Amino acid sequence: MADMDEFRDMFFVECDELLEVLANGLRQMEQPGFDKETVHAVFRAVHSVKGGAAAFGLTTLVTFAHRFETVLDLVRSDKIEVTPLIMGLLHRCSDCLTDLVGTARSGQDPDEVKVDGLMTELDGLIDSDGEEDTAFEFTPITLDFGAPLSFDAPLGLDMPTAEPARAGLLVQMAPGFQLYRSGNDPMALLASLRKLGDCDVVMNDESVAPLEDWSPEQPSLAWEIGMPEGIDEAAIMSVFEFVEDCCMLSIRPAPAPEITPAENEPEPEVAAQHDPAPAEAVQTPPPPTTPDEASTAPAAGPRAAAQSDAGQAAPTIRVALDRVDRLMNMIGELVIKEAMLSQVIQTAGMHEQPDVIAGLDAIRQLASDIQESVMAIRAQPLKLVFQRMHRILREAADATGKPVRLITIGEQTEVDKTMIERLVEPLTHMIRNSVDHGLEDTVTRQRRGKPQEGTITLSAAHRSGRVQIEVSDDGGGINRAKVRQIAEDRGLVAPGANLSPAEIDQLLFLPGFSSKDEVSALSGRGVGLDVVRREIMGLGGRVMIQSTEGEGTTFSIALPLTLAVVEGMLIQLGDQTMVLPITAVQETLRPESSMLHGVGHGSQLLSNRGELIPIIDLCASFGVTQPEGGPDSSVLIVVETDSRKRAAFRVDAIFDQRQVVIKSLEQNYGRVPGVSAATILGDGKIALIIDPEEILLSMSNDQGRRMAAMASNG
Amino acid sequence: MLQSISHNSVGKSDVVAFKLADQDFCIDIGLVREIRGWTPTTMLPHAPDYVKGVINLRGSVVTVVDLSARLGFGAATPSHRHVVIIAMHAGRIVGLLADLVSDILPINEDHIQAVPDIASNPAREFIVGMITLEDGRILRKIDLAQLLPAAHGVEA
Repeated sequence: MADMDEFRDMFFVECDELLEVLANGLRQMEQPGFDKETVHAVFRAVHSVKGGAAAFGLTTLVTFAHRFETVLDLVRSDKIEVTPLIMGLLHRCSDCLTDLVGTARSGQDPDEVKVDGLMTELDGLIDSDGEEDTAFEFTPITLDFGAPLSFDAPLGLDMPTAEPARAGLLVQMAPGFQLYRSGNDPMALLASLRKLGDCDVVMNDESVAPLEDWSPEQPSLAWEIGMPEGIDEAAIMSVFEFVEDCCMLSIRPAPAPEITPAENEPEPEVAAQHDPAPAEAVQTPPPPTTPDEASTAPAAGPRAAAQSDAGQAAPTIRVALDRVDRLMNMIGELVIKEAMLSQVIQTAGMHEQPDVIAGLDAIRQLASDIQESVMAIRAQPLKLVFQRMHRILREAADATGKPVRLITIGEQTEVDKTMIERLVEPLTHMIRNSVDHGLEDTVTRQRRGKPQEGTITLSAAHRSGRVQIEVSDDGGGINRAKVRQIAEDRGLVAPGANLSPAEIDQLLFLPGFSSKDEVSALSGRGVGLDVVRREIMGLGGRVMIQSTEGEGTTFSIALPLTLAVVEGMLIQLGDQTMVLPITAVQETLRPESSMLHGVGHGSQLLSNRGELIPIIDLCASFGVTQPEGGPDSSVLIVVETDSRKRAAFRVDAIFDQRQVVIKSLEQNYGRVPGVSAATILGDGKIALIIDPEEILLSMSNDQGRRMAAMASNG
Repeated sequence: MLQSISHNSVGKSDVVAFKLADQDFCIDIGLVREIRGWTPTTMLPHAPDYVKGVINLRGSVVTVVDLSARLGFGAATPSHRHVVIIAMHAGRIVGLLADLVSDILPINEDHIQAVPDIASNPAREFIVGMITLEDGRILRKIDLAQLLPAAHGVEA
């Protein structure tokens, strides 16, 4: 059933939130003097995952979550002391739970070995505690809404419930035929109730007539739903808002629960004598075994977990990204129209009338405010990426055997949503790199008088219209002599070349550079920082290194605030206006003829401060008709791209530097070599955005490429 | 417009008729989004010669195809009197540069004739049928799919 998929998706979205609560909580528990409420929150998160998983029959997930929950409960009741060892285990369990949710989502098989290993460890804790909690065998409730109802088997009565009815509200509903006729579905109602919290659903089919008397038009099923404590009657009523008049409904407090964590007390009976529904008295089935302490926990629906967060987070809505994009497009239009209008006003000679000017200014101001607000909608805190780095660090630390802690600063810094997703991979790589290559081993650290535990700091901040992310370690710093040696050995630089320390650091970003002597489990497979650099460049950013020998290394990434806008230099090529992204630009100059050197036919080099840079005529590469002026009147823009390739672009003029909104060319046309996208200028015309990287790569022949390589290395 | 919709029974359809080098062409009205006056385009490097460039259509980047060049009449020198027919094809929006739009006509699909065998005129492969009008004019029906191969742009 299609609806079932929808519920599944909802469950996994909820899981993501719960897992985040879990990971956050565990980290808080590592702080001395943590709040007891944190443990409760962690417990509730695991419990809610378990509850949801049970509804979807995800047995492995349920079994694992149950053990995990049991141990957390022991921690909560102070039966297990929180030691670093225990915390380590809890973290690994949290990671494992995340994996299990992931495999359940993608329908893969979970890593049984890992799960079993952790379960054994958890069982060890449970046993050593001397409680017989393990006796509890968790039986998942499978709410198979999609299965055809069988009249022989009273489904509801057979359904085992893991949790007894709690002191909440008892909802009884018996849909009338109008409900079905108007296209409503009891299943959807039940699902909405489940969203309010964990509820026990019992179906009553007692009034189903024997087959000979049975009328297909006359509905005869009724349901009884035990809602957990703390759910408002109004909330329940709102679920039934549209079906009130065609469904027999009663909501009343459930009989007081008499739950004792210990022995075989009789289960509370849920009687339904004066039920307006055709249903007769129904007993809630007794749970299969004694409830363990877990089930006596306060209502632990997803709602509960969400509420515990509500203290810090403002209410949010989920909006489809394309709606925001559409809004963004319209604002782009607005800005363009405004520019056109102001041009018209100028031509009409009205630009000196103060009210016209004031009106235009107000519109311009509003348009830019709206643009910023929409960008703010797309912005998300870097927290989403940073949190994932805790796990990466833990795994890297385990793999290398180096004790490391991660400090994150400025998680609330916001960047564009698409950027968040694309930052995960480069940051993962950088964290691993810092642990593996940056930090010294424990012995060396001790000798240098540093604390045994290494520290990696991940920080983010807004800095003059860009986002700066830094990954710094307190390790040994870059061993420049060694880096240089390796680069020479691999033919990446000419032996004996005169390199500044900064230039040596840059060698780390060259493709094929891997400085670790031996290949470790983590890195050193030849996929190195060049990948990081390419990814960051792809986001319109830059990576820089700062390193002090013996004190540590800092990698800084500078990113634009959004992918929707790029800071560009407006250039003139023949009769065309194009945009060159400012990130690539190193300097602009009007060369004297003594700086230009011809090489063979048609090629030219620029000699700038002793460096030889190949000149690329952009008019020629784009096939734009050359103006009469000739090359002497032109301007050169020195650009540097990935892997330190440099070139000087010859353009006819530079007018302006401004932010432009990126428009896709591929949507209605296709890829154009040397062009990354297009934008719309103030006069409504389209300008192409140049991709310097691609132009350099497509430099016509090998000689050009060699020249560029030579020039960039020399 | 309302009237022409009523023509839209089985076998009938409306076409937008336009002129190119004094010949009459048409395309199915369902494909046409709007008709605009010519505005200067921004050139696309490495594009086929019949791609005039791109224009800004309310925030989207739209390619303009010079039909005259595409059909072998030679590149057009567009003036403000030229028109751009904005059409939607296979999820892409494209502008077709034509001399002028003459009419919106109901045609009976039974009256569409196959193209007679003529010499290897480039126009031949883009024309799917001919319609003789009552006033003796001949409409050449254009197949957008042939005109705009899916690979265009990507190959460039």
